[in-house]
Amino acid sequence: MKISLNHKEIDITGASTLADLLAAHALDGPGYAVAVGGKVVPRSERATFVLTEGMEIIVIKAVCGG
Amino acid sequence: MTDQRYSRQTMLPGFGYEGQQRLGAASVLIVGVGGLGSPVALYLTGAGVGSLTLLDPDTVSLSNLQRQVLYTTPETGMPKVEVAAERLRALNPTIKVEPLCARFSPENMHGLVAAHDLVIDCTDNFATRRLIDDACRSAGKPWIFGAIGELAGQIALINGPRHRSLRDLYEDLDALAEAPRTTLGVIGAVPGVIGSMQAMLAVKVLSGMDATLDGKLFSIDCTTFETNIIDF
Repeated sequence: MKISLNHKEIDITGASTLADLLAAHALDGPGYAVAVGGKVVPRSERATFVLTEGMEIIVIKAVCGG
Repeated sequence: MTDQRYSRQTMLPGFGYEGQQRLGAASVLIVGVGGLGSPVALYLTGAGVGSLTLLDPDTVSLSNLQRQVLYTTPETGMPKVEVAAERLRALNPTIKVEPLCARFSPENMHGLVAAHDLVIDCTDNFATRRLIDDACRSAGKPWIFGAIGELAGQIALINGPRHRSLRDLYEDLDALAEAPRTTLGVIGAVPGVIGSMQAMLAVKVLSGMDATLDGKLFSIDCTTFETNIIDF
């Protein structure tokens, strides 16, 4: 199944939920905002959020400088 | 004279004299006058925001000058807010600029937020951003988040009409606020880009143009120049 992660198309085999995908890419630490289809998905919903073909996922890391 | 100073923006459809009058009646608190605060303060002064308060406890250092465009080499060692206020008053003597050489703290935050229409976050840490989020939420005031690191930058309008909080974007705000401070490298133009966008958003909010980015994070990564907007 193909999805898009930060504008790059990737093929996922093992990951079925958003939480699996983030863990597989080491994007599940503190300070990441995760959006599917442009809408932020709360951390509490990621383990039950099932990925489907063509989903567009954006992961933004917090930066703190000014 | 005033007509001439602002003619290039009052001629703009959707802004006009009404927008100018709203800007002139507005008061803005700029928390931090460093890399982000420099362009924010310069553009809002030029645009004619009626009253600006500059808050920053630091002095100008040589390592600031590659990105903090308010300051010059002979001004190193001087309090940033004093140097900035003088520069801004020269740019636009018709507005009120108040320099406060202090931190945004639990002691002063409620009074500061209550006294302004809009708060602009130009700080360099999440501990202060958490205070801004809390103070603006309890006062019902909007604030403009801005942050940069290396080649990346982000802005958002927080506690606007949709009443979104920074915690809705970064749920682990407490962990971010309590993490040890780290200093990352940055190309000077990155806070230039992000601070300019914060100023643009502030002008829109204050002049009554639509509140774009209300509860939405805009981000840019200048490695690829890729941008995203996500809704929180």
